[in-house]
This record gives sequence, C-alpha cells and structure tokens, in this order.
Amino acid sequence: MRILLSLLFMLFLAVLPAGAAEIALKKASFIPQWSPQAQFAGYYVAYEKGFYKKYGVDLTILQGGPNQSPTDFLERRKADFVSLWLSTAMQRRSHGVKLINIGQVMQRSALMLIAKKSSNIKTPQDMNGKKVGIWGADFQIQPRAFFKKYNLHINVIPQSFSVNLFLRGGVDVASAMWYNEYHTIINSGLNEDELTTFFFYDYGLNFPEDGIYVLEDTYRKDPALSCAFVRASLEGWLYAFAHPEEALDIVLNYISRAKGPANRVHQRWMLARMKDLILPVDEVSTLGNLQPSDYEGVGRELFASGLIRIIPAYNSFCVRCDNRAEN
Amino acid sequence: MLRTKGIAFKLIFFYTLSGGLIFLLIFGFNYYFSRIIIEKNVEDNARNLALSKANQIEAVLRAVQKVPENLAYYLENSSCDNNELMRLLRSLVQNNPEIYGAAVAFEPYGFDKKLLHFAPYFFKSDGSIEFTDLGKGSYRYNAWDWYQIPKELNMPAWSEPYYDEGGGYTLMATYSVPFYKQSGGKKQCRGIVTADINLAWLQEVVSSTKVLQTGYAFLISKNGIIVTHPSKELIMNETIFGVAEARDDPQLRDIGRKMIRGESGFVPFRSIDSEKPCWMYYAPIPSNNWSLAVLFPRDELVADITRLNGIVIALGIAGLLLLSVAIVFIAHSITTPLRAMVQATKTIAIGNLDVELPPVRFEDEVGKLTEAFRYMKESLKEYIRALTETTASKERIESELKIARDIQMSILPKVFPPFPGRTEFDIYAAIEPAREVGGDFYDFFFIDDNHLCFVIGDVSGKGVPAALFMAVTKTLMKAKTSQDADPGMILTKVNKDLNQGNEACMFVTIFIGILNTTTGEILYANGGHNPPLMIRSGDNLSFAVEPLPVSHGLVVGAMEESIYQTETVILKPRDAIFVYTDGVTEAMNEQGELFSDDRLKKQLIKLHRKSAQETIAGIMKGIASFAREVPQSDDITMMMIRFHGGGE
Repeated sequence: MRILLSLLFMLFLAVLPAGAAEIALKKASFIPQWSPQAQFAGYYVAYEKGFYKKYGVDLTILQGGPNQSPTDFLERRKADFVSLWLSTAMQRRSHGVKLINIGQVMQRSALMLIAKKSSNIKTPQDMNGKKVGIWGADFQIQPRAFFKKYNLHINVIPQSFSVNLFLRGGVDVASAMWYNEYHTIINSGLNEDELTTFFFYDYGLNFPEDGIYVLEDTYRKDPALSCAFVRASLEGWLYAFAHPEEALDIVLNYISRAKGPANRVHQRWMLARMKDLILPVDEVSTLGNLQPSDYEGVGRELFASGLIRIIPAYNSFCVRCDNRAEN
Repeated sequence: MLRTKGIAFKLIFFYTLSGGLIFLLIFGFNYYFSRIIIEKNVEDNARNLALSKANQIEAVLRAVQKVPENLAYYLENSSCDNNELMRLLRSLVQNNPEIYGAAVAFEPYGFDKKLLHFAPYFFKSDGSIEFTDLGKGSYRYNAWDWYQIPKELNMPAWSEPYYDEGGGYTLMATYSVPFYKQSGGKKQCRGIVTADINLAWLQEVVSSTKVLQTGYAFLISKNGIIVTHPSKELIMNETIFGVAEARDDPQLRDIGRKMIRGESGFVPFRSIDSEKPCWMYYAPIPSNNWSLAVLFPRDELVADITRLNGIVIALGIAGLLLLSVAIVFIAHSITTPLRAMVQATKTIAIGNLDVELPPVRFEDEVGKLTEAFRYMKESLKEYIRALTETTASKERIESELKIARDIQMSILPKVFPPFPGRTEFDIYAAIEPAREVGGDFYDFFFIDDNHLCFVIGDVSGKGVPAALFMAVTKTLMKAKTSQDADPGMILTKVNKDLNQGNEACMFVTIFIGILNTTTGEILYANGGHNPPLMIRSGDNLSFAVEPLPVSHGLVVGAMEESIYQTETVILKPRDAIFVYTDGVTEAMNEQGELFSDDRLKKQLIKLHRKSAQETIAGIMKGIASFAREVPQSDDITMMMIRFHGGGE
C-alpha cells in the first residue's frame, strides 16, 4: 500500500505544470465543515508542506466548527472553497446556491449505525421498535431512507454530540461516523466483537461525504485556481497517507491550537479510516472524482425524500478538474 | 582437565563453586520470598489506600446525590411557582459547599405552557452565586447527556466528566435526577434536577494521595476517560483504552474493562505517562461507577530489597573471596610439606637418605605423615647401613668359601689320563660340587708299580667343617696307604686317627680299593659307603651291571674300635668298576623324584661300550637333563676304572 501511495504521489509530481513556482500566488480561502481533526488531514498537510504555494495558491485555512456553517461561508463569499457532504451540496444547489463539485475526496460513506450484540440486534429487521439515536440535519437522510427501505418502525431519539446515551443503554442503536464515534465507542471499553455494525454503504445507500465545492462563478473566473487547489489538496492527502505520523503531528498541532482534544490514538484511527474512505482498496475509482453512479444514487434518494426538486445533470454539478483544465 | 590440577586448585574450585552455588540458592530464595512478602504488603497497602480514597469520594458523591433527589421529590409532590423554585435552587447551591451548580431543566413547555425551554441554573462564580437560564440562547440543554441519559433511562445518573458550555464553563460532572408528573394515570417526565460538582475538588482529593516518592492515584470515568492524573495533558483527553491501543497492550484493555465494570483488583501496570513498572490496585466508586487506581512504583517498592540484595551480594562475594583465601592458606599448609616430601622422595629414590624433610608445624595428618616419613627415612637409613654391613660380611664369607672350595677341589687329581703310559686300565673321575661346599672326595694313586689305590668318600654335613674333615680324611688315607697295602687295615687305622679329637662327631663314608694292574684282582674295604657297581663283560659282547658285594662296615670316624674287613674281587679284562657317592642316585628333579639306582644302571648299560671318561660324562649329562635347573644339594662324585688286562 505504501508503495502504491508513493507511486501515486510521484504521478502527481509528474503532472505538475512546468514553471508553476514562477506563477504569482493567487489568494484563496478554504473552510472544512468541522473543527480540526484528521478528517481534514490532507488540507493541513498540503498547507504545511507548501503544496498550495507550489501550485500557485496563497491559501488561508479558516477554522471550522459546530457554529461555522461552510455553506454560509460559501454563499456569503467568506470562503472560496469549502468541504461539504455531497447530500448537503446537492440540497443547497437545489435551493439555488450555484455551487459545483470540483473534487470528491471521500468515495465512501462513513456513516453507520451501531448496536450492541447484547441487545440482540443482528439484522436491520431486529431494529424494529427499538430506540435509535439519530443526528439531525443531513445525518438523518441515510438512516431514514434505510428505515423506509426495510420498513422499520423506529423510536427515533435525537442523538447529541456524545455516544454516552448509547453506552449507558439509553438507546439500542446509535449513529456513528466510522472514523470517529465508532472508535470512541471502542475506546470506551466495548470490544469490536461485541458490536453489530450497519454501514449504509453496504445497504445500497452510499452517500459519498466530504467533497470540495466552489461557487460556479468563482470557478468560471479562474478555473486554474480551483484545479490547483484540488490538486494540491489531493497531493496533501497522498502525502498524509504515505507519512501518517508526520501528518498526525501536523493535525495534532492544529487541534491544540483550536484547543480541541488532541488524542493521537484517536486521530491515528481517523487518518487510517480516511485512507479507507478516500482510497478504497476493493474498488477502481479515480482519486478525487465523483462517480456518476454514486451521484445518481444520492440524487434519487434526495428526490424521493422530497429534499430536492430536480436532480441536476451530473456535468452541470460536477467539474472534473484535471481533464477539463487540460482540454 | 581437573585431574592434572593440584589440590589447592581443586579445593578452591570446588569450595568456591559449591559455596557460590549455595549462596546463590539462598540468595534466590531470599529474594523470591521477600518479593512475595513485599507484594503481599503492597497489595494490602494499595487496597487500603484505594478503598479509603474511594470511600472518601463516595461519601461526598452520596451527600451530593441527596440534594437533587430531595428537590426532585419536592417538585413531584408539591406545586411551586417560579419564585419558590428560584429560592430553593439558590439556597441549594449556597448551602452545599460540595455543589458547584444546580439546575432544574424542564421538558419543552414543562414549566410554562408558553415557554419552550426553561432551565434555571445557579452556580458559583468567584465566591458569589450566579444565575442563568440554560433554556435561553443557543444551548440546547435537552440534547446533552446530563439531560438525555436520566430521561431515557428513567433513573438518576452521574454524567461523564465534561466541560460545561451552558453556564459553568468548568470541568464538571453532573448528577441528574428525573422528576415526573402523573398525567392520565401515566408517569410522564417533567424535567431533570441536576447538581454539578466541580472536578477540581475531585482532582485535589485524588492528587493528594501520596504513594512513596513517585507513586500516585488516578481516576477514570465510566467510559475509561482519565479524569485525574498527575499529567494534566492526559485529563479528559485520553482513555485507558486509548492508552492500551497506543501501547498495543490487550491486557491493559482488559484491566480497563474490569475497572469500568466496577471490579477491583491488584495488577502489574505501567504508569500511563512515564511507563514505569508499577503495581496497581483499582477499586470502584460505586455511585458513579468510576474507578480509582493507586500506583506503587515497583522500583521504589523493591528499592530496600534491591539495596539489601546489593549488600548481600557484596557480602557473599567478599565471603567467597575470604573463603578462597582461607582455602589457599589451608591448601598451602598441606601442599607445601607434601611438595617438599615429593622432592624428598625423589631424592631418596636416587639414594640420598640425608635429605632434609620439611619441619612439622601442625600435629595434623600432614604433620603425622611427615613424622612417619622421617621415621621411615631413618629406618631405611639404619636398615641400609645394616644391610651394607651384612652384605659385606656375607660377601667376605662367600669369597672365603669359594677359596676353600677351590682349594678343596685343587687337592683332587684332575689331570686325565693320569698315567699316560699305563694301558692295563682306563680311569676317569669327576666331581660336580653342590652350591654349598660339600664333603665328597676321590683319589687314586699307585702304591707301587702294579698296585693302583682308589678311594671315594663322602663326609657327613656341609660347609667348611665338612671340607676340612674331607681334607684331613684324604690326607690320612694317603698317609696310611703308604704304610700298608691292606684296605681293611688302612680304614681301621684311619678310623682310629679320625676318632681322636673328633669333638664335632663328624664322620665319613669311604670305599677304598687296591687294583692289581697285572691280575685284575681288587682288594677293597668299605666304611659305610654305598656299594660300587660292577660292569661285567660276558661272551659275545654281552654284559651285566651288578652291585659289588660288600660288607657294610661302619662309617669311618664314628667309633674308635671299628674293624674293617678286606674283601676281594677279580676283574676280568674289559670288566669295569663304577664307584660313586649318593649325590648321583639322590639327584632330584623338579617333581622331587630321585635319579635312583635304576636310572643309573640303565645309563651304565647304555654307555657300556664307551670309555670311562665318556661314560661319566654321559651320566653327568643324564643327571643334568633329569634334574634340569634344580640346584643339587649334594656333591655328585663318580669314578670308573675299566680293566683291560695285565699288560703283556
């Protein structure tokens, strides 16, 4: 895997535009959708390793967090580039925000449901009539589609920021991100073999999450800038996967500055899962590209739930940066 | 390899080795058992310490629990307006020093039908009591654990430690008690009463636990989160399971699971921050299922043993060295005289008995050995001196005896043929002396022209006396023969002479014959000697060997009055007479058999055609092959005269 990553990295260096360093740096800003953590390691690493500068971008990474909505930042033009879930972005576009996807970082959905084996939940049907903790906003789209798909009657309990309600037995099933809450549960003393997991990916509900978005007019004004940002970011990710401990140092530094819980073990887990989500080993997909099939799947579910009125054409929503820039 | 080493080396080697082994064995046992004892003591101490701290915390938690429980009970059982509620809540915070803040959080529209969220909260801040309504602003209290968990579980619960962002803005834990109202016969949750404790207090209690120099206590929450620890950066940032994952230590994870399950135990543990090996006792705080652990650094626990062991090892090594020195000394005191004696023995072996022996310093075995050695040396010296003397005198005697023997032999006629001109007879005689000087003799001489006197004799006894007696007898015989020609008379006279002054009572057997060389007639007399053998030639080459008939006269020299008769026998030509001493027939072989008359006769028959000399030589050879190497005790003497006829 290491070797493969190094190769990919080399490939990236090979397609570097000649004389990139001589181009005058263009100012740009980016905001991730949450507080600093390994979920955004690629951006922090690309910044700290000078990849953005190398591609001619003088980037400012804004600090994300629970009260910093990236779509707000995008719509109010407080940030040029944002990290958003695909489902969120499609809804915003449906609501008239002219944003486009210029890079789909995560290929897989990390959202999942977790139950304790001790509560005898082994299949989706076992959840019928149970208390299930569900997050709000876009986190509930997949679970609700899942419940509908399996015709489950669920006692939905709003889930807060912790998994303690689940750990104490207040709910039978909890929502979790594979790279975050799942590990929190493991490191609260529950063993993996004591848990039943339901990845929405495995149940035909793969909503690829984090992607890079830009307002359409921003992109039109300077497509090269957008593509430079995407390339540098992806290079940052590959570097992070090839040098995980160095990447963790960088991420932990950002966390400390944001006064977050700088837990290396947890961030290590998160970075490793990001690799699984960004570079799935069992699937042929191009790094950073939104798969049309995933796009259509998410569109169908959102349309069916009445969350969007029309499914925009793939090509109008998504710009495959590398090809179009060259062409 | 050891076989060639000296005693000193072996002693040092084995004593030091066995001493060292014994020492190691004792040391090992001592170390092992003292560790066990210490571990036992540590376990007791750790248990007591952990339990006392846990009880201390538990007591506070229980006291805190009572307050919201009472308020919840009051809210369930009496109606109270806003003012009353505020007053109660405020006094609750004011009057309970352990309580940092308290709130009554209502379900949506639970307090006032017009008010969606209402949660009055009083808390301490810089010595005064502050108020805030948690229902105002963006803080959604009913999404927080302290609200959700007791509500969903329908029972009071302690929250995990958390940084409050609603009003307290400090690290706290909240005890939440749900309260209910009856609505249509159903119990319906109205809200949650909470009491917060500031964990700074808890951290102080736990961190005040002093264990030896560097030991400490720490507290983990029900989720394994480190709540108190000497390393501040671990607090709220790390769980015991995260530590286990970082260390890839599944055992630590197991310990963590036991801790959060409310078990207690005594386990080896590595300090979370410094990784120092420790003993850890963990015990639960029953109220909130948190777990308190007390760590005893192993190196400090065993510091005393380690120091003691260092001293014991040093003493042991010193002891072994001392033992070696003592052994060297002892071995030296043994081997030095032994080595000196080895040298002395070598010197003695080459004949020097005057060598100096090492001085006897101790009356031990070595001293006794030296003493015995000295005695042996002296005895040997004395013995050799005596032996030298004896040998010298013996050699002298032997040489004298040899001379005597030579003299004795020299008086016997040895030249053959003795009378070269005489053809009437052939005479030969031989004597084979025994090892000792014996008393056999023979003699022959002409008395006149045709009378040959021949004598054979055997003196009783051995040695010089016999030799002397033989010499006397021979001389007497020759002297008497010159006076008389009658053998009987000669013997009678010799007997008379020998009897005079014969104090030693010696005697001699004698056969004397006088051959008339013309006629062949032999006059003879016998003094106790064994009869000679006659070899008679018949016609046609036939012959016979027969003893000469003799009267047995008494041995000569025994009785003065003895008279000896003269007898006569005629030799025909070719007849022969064979005289001999009993040394011939009594020659003995290895089996103790005698040569005997029979063998002698057979030999004579075999040799009858031979000359006298060849016959005697043949018989000598016969005796020699019969007796082989056996030394003969008697002289072997033979004489043979063959008559050829009267000359003309």
